[in-house]
Amino acid sequence: MISVKNVSKSFGDLEVLKNINLQISKGDIVSIIGPSGSGKSTLLRCMNLLEKPTKGKILINNIDITDKKVNIMKIRQNIGMVFQHFNLFPHMTVTENMIYAPIKVRNLNKSSAVEKSNKLLAQVGLSDKASVYPATLSGGQKQRVAIARALAMDPGIMLFDEPTSALDPEMVKEVLNVIKGLAETGITMVLVTHEMGFAREVSDRICFLDEGILVEEATPAVFFSTPKSDRAKEFLDKIM
Amino acid sequence: MELDFSMMTRYLPYLFKATITTIQVTIISLLIGAVISVPISLIKLSKYKVLQALGSFYTSIFRGIPLLVQVFMVYFGLPQIFPALKALNSFQLGCLTFAFNSSAYISESLRGGIQAVDHGQMEAALSLGIPYGKTIKDIIFPQAIKSVLPSLINEFIGLLKSTTLISTIGVVELLRSGQMIVSDTYRAFEPYAVISLYFYVLVMTLSMAGKRLERWVNRSDKR
Repeated sequence: MISVKNVSKSFGDLEVLKNINLQISKGDIVSIIGPSGSGKSTLLRCMNLLEKPTKGKILINNIDITDKKVNIMKIRQNIGMVFQHFNLFPHMTVTENMIYAPIKVRNLNKSSAVEKSNKLLAQVGLSDKASVYPATLSGGQKQRVAIARALAMDPGIMLFDEPTSALDPEMVKEVLNVIKGLAETGITMVLVTHEMGFAREVSDRICFLDEGILVEEATPAVFFSTPKSDRAKEFLDKIM
Repeated sequence: MELDFSMMTRYLPYLFKATITTIQVTIISLLIGAVISVPISLIKLSKYKVLQALGSFYTSIFRGIPLLVQVFMVYFGLPQIFPALKALNSFQLGCLTFAFNSSAYISESLRGGIQAVDHGQMEAALSLGIPYGKTIKDIIFPQAIKSVLPSLINEFIGLLKSTTLISTIGVVELLRSGQMIVSDTYRAFEPYAVISLYFYVLVMTLSMAGKRLERWVNRSDKR
């Protein structure tokens, strides 16, 4: 479903990703972890071309999205993304946030978009917030709306870029619960996260990144109990 | 020295017409200026250096030349080079001058306003597959306008007062009508006092309306 082939990315002289290769199949739940500055977010952002790889290819459903001829807007409609800072549209109510892209991009009519929005808001437990502006919501609520907004496009893939890092501790759980519920639906998910316990619980696979190199790739059980590389051991010692 | 404001009453219909002209010039110029300013602000934000330079050159022209000189240039100067402009009257040429002049200033605050919108907004829109044009129009602009609105209202007020400059090319707006009354009555204080009052009321009305509008566009910020 997603295949990252020999991808490198540089910002000026700084090489943040070094020859990354990664295969993600349909329904996989992959967590990318590693120290800050290791290139996790950049790798994730390459997957919907918010960052353009300097070298290498990224194939989504066998289409090379780094190819200039590819209509990336079309591809992105099938890839939901959830950001650390939510990025809800502050001038729109929750419902307006939810229905904008389905109506304007997917050409859904308003009533079915609203119906869908209500269903998704119920799913993330925010039915009572449909008509408020994002400014009135807590961080956890904002992030749940952001997840629902991405789901409103019926994406085949969901990318999560540190979805709980900007949240107060007491709100982390409500967001993780929503993501966990989503994981059970069989959608393909890639997560960049610092929540090790969560990564261990929901992921099929852990990718450990350090200094732009994909150092280790393993199942959570293997990775967290018997990491192979010294760098992964060091990292786990520091945080666990 | 005795003041006689009662003699002004017979000029009221005349003053009313002049007030309408002043308002017309202001609104027409502002509207055209605002429309032109949109592409100019986008040109200034372009990733191409040549376009950026072109955008700032455009603004620098209007900033660097006194408005009265611009008015004379457009009314007396340009028709000599572009005969087509002779078809336009002083009212239209005046509006055009003010419109371009305003577009330079508005595009500058619009550029700042767009840049002030969190980059995450653009990324969220991109990740939903929303095309650039729609993103700018529906996501970025409505947020930029909040920070642009105060300077837009200032521009509106500045423009209203600047319209007096086209009294020099024969447009009978408020100031010109005052001058006519002066030469008609041989009295200066009363006509100019009335003109001043008219402007004052117009500007105050405008700034009050502006404040209400600001409150309205910021309604989504209420917690």
